[in-house]
Amino acid sequence: MAYVAVKGGEAAIDNAHAWLAEERRGDPSVAEIEVAQIETQLGRAIDRAMGEGSLYDRKLAALAIKQAQGDGIEAAFLLRAYRTTLPRFNHALPIDTETMAARRRVSAVFKDLPGGQLLGPTYDYTHRLLDFSLATTGADSREVASETVAASQKMPRVHDILGHEGLIEPDHRTGAEPGDLTREPLSFPAGRDIRLQALARGDEGFLLAMGYSTQRGYGGTHPFAGEIRQGTVAVEIVPEELGFALDIGDIEITECQMVNQFAGSKTTPPQFTRGYGLVFGTSDRRAMSMALVDRAMRAAELGEDTNAPAQDIEFVLYHSDNIEATGFVEHLKLPHYVDFQSELESIRRIREASATTE
Amino acid sequence: MSALDGYNFAYLDEQTKRMIRRALLKAVAIPGHQIPFGSREMPLPYGWGTGGIQVTAAIIGPADTLKVIDQGADDTTNAVSIRRFFASLAGVATTTRTAEATIIQTRHRIPERALTVDQIIVYQVPQPEPLSKLQPSRAETRRMHALSEYGLMHVKLYEDVARFGEIAISYDYPVMVNHRHLMSPSPIPAFDNPKLHRMAALQLFGAGREKRIYAIPPHTDVKSLDFEDHPFRASRAPHPCGICGSNSSYLDEVVTDNEGGRLFVCSDTDYCSENSK
Repeated sequence: MAYVAVKGGEAAIDNAHAWLAEERRGDPSVAEIEVAQIETQLGRAIDRAMGEGSLYDRKLAALAIKQAQGDGIEAAFLLRAYRTTLPRFNHALPIDTETMAARRRVSAVFKDLPGGQLLGPTYDYTHRLLDFSLATTGADSREVASETVAASQKMPRVHDILGHEGLIEPDHRTGAEPGDLTREPLSFPAGRDIRLQALARGDEGFLLAMGYSTQRGYGGTHPFAGEIRQGTVAVEIVPEELGFALDIGDIEITECQMVNQFAGSKTTPPQFTRGYGLVFGTSDRRAMSMALVDRAMRAAELGEDTNAPAQDIEFVLYHSDNIEATGFVEHLKLPHYVDFQSELESIRRIREASATTE
Repeated sequence: MSALDGYNFAYLDEQTKRMIRRALLKAVAIPGHQIPFGSREMPLPYGWGTGGIQVTAAIIGPADTLKVIDQGADDTTNAVSIRRFFASLAGVATTTRTAEATIIQTRHRIPERALTVDQIIVYQVPQPEPLSKLQPSRAETRRMHALSEYGLMHVKLYEDVARFGEIAISYDYPVMVNHRHLMSPSPIPAFDNPKLHRMAALQLFGAGREKRIYAIPPHTDVKSLDFEDHPFRASRAPHPCGICGSNSSYLDEVVTDNEGGRLFVCSDTDYCSENSK
């Protein structure tokens, strides 16, 4: 009866919050972690919280991570609950990733290409050996070789290179205002704009597992990583009273263009198709998973069989959101004793009835 | 400065409230029909009553008196938390007395005391789709509602009768609203279902995670699904309340020792204390 003792609820909640605050602070003999440290040194955690929280603000994400004791989903939840209270005063123009100030750009389909291959700050070729020198602070004075490609230098997209020969499907530019699933409820069939939005804020583990499942035969898409690029792009808005675009700041993103096989159909000659991933911050894993699942969800549109989980748009869209999922899974710990009582009565009655008929 | 300064009355901004009120008006106009709405992320988790909270936030005014119950009780932790949320973000009066409340937000119960035409009851709904366990696709269930195609549910009930000798749904028991729409009454015990029928109060249902709102206007016919030879019956534990002695209220079973000792007490704490006087 401890957690729902009659008249005990108020005090229990206050005590729980006080205990939580104490636990968050941890051992007071150790210095309290600063938000600025999280912001500048736990960048990948920030990126994920911003992505799943659908809010690009590194400072707030750092605060959320501190408040959540590093629990990524809890941090994303804090950001979402804050985001929903913000007024919307304008829409950004579509960002142009071709003019990205890239610090990483790799293609797995061409050995070299205009703009070159650029490895950037990646874990890809690190040996996963614990670096015990990091266990002590203050001794770090490594030379940094940074080679960002300037924003002025255009880096053509790989699909444009293939597009000259008509080997890959072109961009589908409808010009229509994209939907917004944070304002309008999902409805089906859901368009690609809504699907991509859901994937961009979807749970990274879910995206990874879904993308992985397509590689293991559940809705295979024969993917090649056409291109992954990572860097900063400018965000522009057009204020109504001015009528021209204003640069309001830069964001860091990772973009993945997946190139996938397509057998062709009666009306379309064989050509490569595309899956697309775009995420906040630095995460090849997230962008690539997104691109795989995006392509898998296009199966019906391309006339392919649709019998794998990743191809089921309703399944993916309803279960990709970890804030919704964690809420509903964890709500099972709320009291259910009224319903359980009704089940008890029911099962006792049915057992009694079957005992008397035997 | 309080940590909550800077938020609008009852948390939601006025445009969002207007959007929710529009959904509510549609819902009242088509009793039992699920209206999709642009459910917002709330500062409480999905599954904790975000739908009910948004509905309450959209209809509450400074003159209202709010009661919040979970499992029929005002003191359960989640009820306390939601009541505090509105007390701090709307500054409204709160009460534990059913008779004094103008709005009652509830999870899993309908108060024992008959509600009046001056009251509104707001239900927290985890799964608004009554057909969800039989058909997982919402595109498909939407079509089934449009065509009033509810055979699947009747087959399920028939299979229960065939296997168990009775309809074995004890809570979230499906109802037909206004002779047209199959509806989930939310996970209230089947015992509470008869109270839905021609209730004087307006009944509003909010499902935040699933982004649906629905309603039963006052005095609307609500029928629990059944068969002529297997009529619906509301059941409760066959005991009097161990505190107030009520023989008609819904009871919780409290385990008192390790020897199988049980105490049966009213789940509706306000009813129990009124009845004890």
